[in-house]
Amino acid sequence: MPMTASEIEGLIKTAIPDADVTIRDLAGDGDHYAARVVSRSFAGLSRIRQHQAVYAALGGRVGGELHALQLETAVPNTETISE
Amino acid sequence: MSDAQNRIADLVKANEVVLFMKGTALFPQCGFSSRAIAILDRLGTGYETVDVLQDPEIRQGIKDYSDWPTVPQLYVRGEFVGGSDIMMEMFESGELQQLLGAEA
Repeated sequence: MPMTASEIEGLIKTAIPDADVTIRDLAGDGDHYAARVVSRSFAGLSRIRQHQAVYAALGGRVGGELHALQLETAVPNTETISE
Repeated sequence: MSDAQNRIADLVKANEVVLFMKGTALFPQCGFSSRAIAILDRLGTGYETVDVLQDPEIRQGIKDYSDWPTVPQLYVRGEFVGGSDIMMEMFESGELQQLLGAEA
C-alpha cells in the first residue's frame, strides 16, 4: 500500500511536533518521496542521528512499505545554537 | 552477536572504505546505490563494495548493524558515515573529500 505525502508528514509531525516538513513526490507513484525536515530538536545531533529520528518517526516503514525516501534534515538557521 | 553481525563487523574492519549496496559498482540495482557509487567514483579514492542482494543475511543484518533501515551504507575506517543522502551532503560541502583524503 503506497503512502500519501500527508501521511508521511503527519507521522513526522506527531513524533517531532516543531518540525517544518516539506514533501515532494518524486515519481508520482506514491512510493518515491523526498522530504526536508527542519527542527530545533536536531540541534547538536549528528546527521546520522537526525536521519534516525525521522526514520523512527516513520516507525519502521522506511525501507519497507516506503521504498524510497530521499531525506534532508536541518536545524532552523535563525536559531543560535548554544553549546 | 549473530553470525551475520560478526561477518559485517569483519567486512567493516577489513576495508578502509566499504559500501554496502544493491548490485555492484558496475551494475548498481537501485538509484540510491547508483548515486553512492557515482560519488565515490568522482572522488577517485579506492573502495570496496558488498552486494547485499547476494546475501539475505547481510541484507537484513546491515539494517540492524547501524540501526539504519536502508541500503546503501558507507563505512570509513570502521565508522558508519551514512546513506546516499548524507554522502551527497558531505560531498557538496567537501567533508567527504576530507574524510577520504581525496584531492579537492
